[in-house]
Amino acid sequence: MKNSVEIKNLDLQFGAVKVLQNLNLEIGKGEFLVLLGSSGCGKSTLLNCIAGLLDVSGGQIHINDRNVTWAEPSERGIGMVFQSYALYPQMTVEGNLSFGLKNAKLPKSEIETRIKHASEVLQIEPLLKRKPAALSGGQRQRVAIGRALVRDVDVFLFDEPLSNLDAKLRADLRVEIKRLHHKLQNTMIYVTHDQIEAMTLADRIAIMRGGQIMQLGSPDEIYGRPVNKYVADFIGSPSMNFLDGQVKNGAFQVGDLTIPLDGYDFADSSGSAEGPATIGIRPEHVVTGELVENTPFQIEVEINLIEPTGSDTLVDCEVAGHHFRVRMDGQSKVSVGEKLRLGLAPSKASLFDAKTELRL
Amino acid sequence: MASTRPNQLFRNKSAKIAAIPMIVTALFVFVGGTIWTVVYSFTKSGLLPRLKWVGLDQYERLWATRKWLVSIENLAIYGLCMLVLVFVIGFILAALIDQKIRFEDTIRTVILYPYALSFVVTGLVWQWILNPDFGVQNVVRGWGWESFTFDPLYNADIAIYGVLIAGLWQGSGLVMVLMLAGLRGIDQDVWKASRVDGIPAWKAYIFIIIPMMRPVFVTTLVIVVTGIVKIYDLIVAQTGGGPGIATEVPAKYVYDMMFQANNLGQGFAASTMMLVTVALIVIPWAILEFGGSKRHD
Amino acid sequence: MIDTPSTPLTGPQGPKPRKSFSRRNIFLYGTLLTIALFYALPLYVMFVTSLKGMPEIRLGNVFSPPLEVTFEPWVKAWSEACTGLTCNGLSTGFWNSVQITIPSVILSIIIASVNGYALSNWKFKGADAFFTILIFGAFIPYQVMLYPIVIMLREIGLYGSLGGLVLVHTVFGMPILTLLFRNYFTSLPEELFKAARVDGAGFWRIYTQVMVPMSLPIFTVAVILQVTGIWNDFLFGVVYTSPDNYPMTVSLNNIVNSTQGVKEYNVNMAATILTGLVPLSIYFVSGRLFVRGIAAGAVKG
Repeated sequence: MKNSVEIKNLDLQFGAVKVLQNLNLEIGKGEFLVLLGSSGCGKSTLLNCIAGLLDVSGGQIHINDRNVTWAEPSERGIGMVFQSYALYPQMTVEGNLSFGLKNAKLPKSEIETRIKHASEVLQIEPLLKRKPAALSGGQRQRVAIGRALVRDVDVFLFDEPLSNLDAKLRADLRVEIKRLHHKLQNTMIYVTHDQIEAMTLADRIAIMRGGQIMQLGSPDEIYGRPVNKYVADFIGSPSMNFLDGQVKNGAFQVGDLTIPLDGYDFADSSGSAEGPATIGIRPEHVVTGELVENTPFQIEVEINLIEPTGSDTLVDCEVAGHHFRVRMDGQSKVSVGEKLRLGLAPSKASLFDAKTELRL
Repeated sequence: MASTRPNQLFRNKSAKIAAIPMIVTALFVFVGGTIWTVVYSFTKSGLLPRLKWVGLDQYERLWATRKWLVSIENLAIYGLCMLVLVFVIGFILAALIDQKIRFEDTIRTVILYPYALSFVVTGLVWQWILNPDFGVQNVVRGWGWESFTFDPLYNADIAIYGVLIAGLWQGSGLVMVLMLAGLRGIDQDVWKASRVDGIPAWKAYIFIIIPMMRPVFVTTLVIVVTGIVKIYDLIVAQTGGGPGIATEVPAKYVYDMMFQANNLGQGFAASTMMLVTVALIVIPWAILEFGGSKRHD
Repeated sequence: MIDTPSTPLTGPQGPKPRKSFSRRNIFLYGTLLTIALFYALPLYVMFVTSLKGMPEIRLGNVFSPPLEVTFEPWVKAWSEACTGLTCNGLSTGFWNSVQITIPSVILSIIIASVNGYALSNWKFKGADAFFTILIFGAFIPYQVMLYPIVIMLREIGLYGSLGGLVLVHTVFGMPILTLLFRNYFTSLPEELFKAARVDGAGFWRIYTQVMVPMSLPIFTVAVILQVTGIWNDFLFGVVYTSPDNYPMTVSLNNIVNSTQGVKEYNVNMAATILTGLVPLSIYFVSGRLFVRGIAAGAVKG
């Protein structure tokens, strides 16, 4: 498949501050790519560079095989949806949708056709004559998407489009965006700090930090095989448990515990990694109850704290002097001070070098 | 087209065109005009500006002129009294209005309206009210207090205080509004906390609220001071500098020298002194406000 | 389950009793009323004096209401009062002020708003440096720049004309107005500007179709600020125009402080009110926006 967006050796600096460093990224046609990271990681900056709203300091940006590095935003063949919706408050919904098309001097009939099509897709036909102030948050966001839709472009850019909405609406619109993507099959680049959005929407996720891409991969890969400790820690809620220790003779030693590593898929296939390391175990990968007997490593702990969330119950305890969390079924009956037997499967764990923090 | 990098000079072309008036104003009028005046203050300019250097002659003559010395003295008295009183009155008014009173808008409107008036109007009204034959003095005498004397505008010793009354009347509303904005900008939780702690209101104002309003005080101070230095129209309208030269001020001295006495050099020297005065106030303020904030970042 | 208490309540309960005539309230409203009277007094004195005949003024006191109301002083102030040798009243000055104020307000606001917009959304290299000079320029006493501007106006042939004064007002209005507009446009969501760029709108189109329609309040504030400021100006009027073109404030001062003839205090006060009428009506009509204008110029600066 031909690439839709290609970013080559992109640099961006404001004065002495390097915001993006030698960044390379290829996004396939029809792909849904999510840029994920905490605030200040450069994800929105990267999106603004793709949109042409920020001038890059070095490198190239290609969209649909055209070098658009210096092109105006409107000439790049992109549509953009903003966090604050950014609807023109004094124009009606129709005016908002048509503003860009009028600027492009499209014939009136064409403008009408496109607005009709977009408003059908997004089900905003009844709202066309209203002003943004008279719309709900969800409706505004739909109009904002419509504004990208009428541009009839191959690449959609989303800049945290759902973060101004409340939790329930966010979940609904998330589904809608996914449905829209299935229907339109165009390229979408989506910036968010919400990992649930990222996991549910993305074909591929790019985890960013400090202006660089830490890991680029499918949601499964990112969740199951994080390339470094940062990504491992960032993805997953509640976050991964980390135990600092040593890899020795095919086992992980922490304090007086020895966790066998049989079945762990080492990055270096010879499996000869030895030395100080950190093991990461997701709270949901710890088993309790009868299943414990089937796991290669078992341990008994005392429950320190219980956090019921309804669907799950999180149990806080201590393993080899490290704080450790376990996710149990919401129906589990446990109480503070009780003993609990835990079982771990090394195949689902992650090992990181203590120094480089890279996956072993 | 997209593949050619736009020329740096023509990037953002419209914005640069839009900024031309600002650039011309800043460079030619503000910087150029100021430098021009300062330079010509060292020349022997009379009716017309002439580049005949006389060193500090104009300044020596300026500081030997009684009218200038009186002007400076008046500005000092007026300025100091104005500064203290306008802040005291302005703050107290703002604090009173901030007590969740009824008719707040009406009272604020009444106190602020003088600020909307021209200094000329203010000067003339107060000239009339302070007129000893018809104004306040006459009215009080009419009530039976025959020996009552209140004729500031006709008594050279106190004439500047007559101007001060008018200045306060016009200017205190502005300070009140700024202070009120400052008071309203303070987090209401601070008041709640001080109430829970049982701190009396006056103590809360002095030890908590006023220190929190430092930025507002500083900006207001700068505005008031630059306004004081510029005082001109009020004097012209209310007293014309009189009686005698009792209410002369520097700005009027400058105008008189430049446009009446055909002594441009004196005018330039006097206006340069005004500039120095303002600079002595504005520059430390700017360093404190903007230089300081950069260090915090 | 929430139980209602079965025993009757004792001690303080329900709303706290309030006294509307507490000592605090009497003191508070008393003080405010006295102060308000002091501020309102001069306006009242102006009015009553302007409605009295001269004989009544010579006899009575300034505070007493007119026994016989006459509008003659107003008529005289408007069309007959003398400055030196000419006796055209204030009307000439009024029309001069109108001819000065309207173009000055329009020109200064257009220039400053476009400039403020450029400074907030289209920053270019050096823009901030010029802006800083401009803002500091606002603190320079006008006297310093008076004469250089005389020379500049003479060079372009506008010295003494209304056009020259319009230019001067535009120049001196620029710092505060630019600051006002820059701060306002900066406070608008940046994403709106980005969205308009993605929509292919350029500098002027974004200004006219996106920014201006959103900025009605700030334009109103600017108009209020400029109309009152320019109308009330005295110094520039007296320096940069010739006597034929004097604005109203200058004619007023010349009428009242002219040394010739008998002083007609009622005419003087009528003239004073007439001059103050334009800014006063704007002030009373605009209310909060006027306050916002001075607060915006001051607190944010």
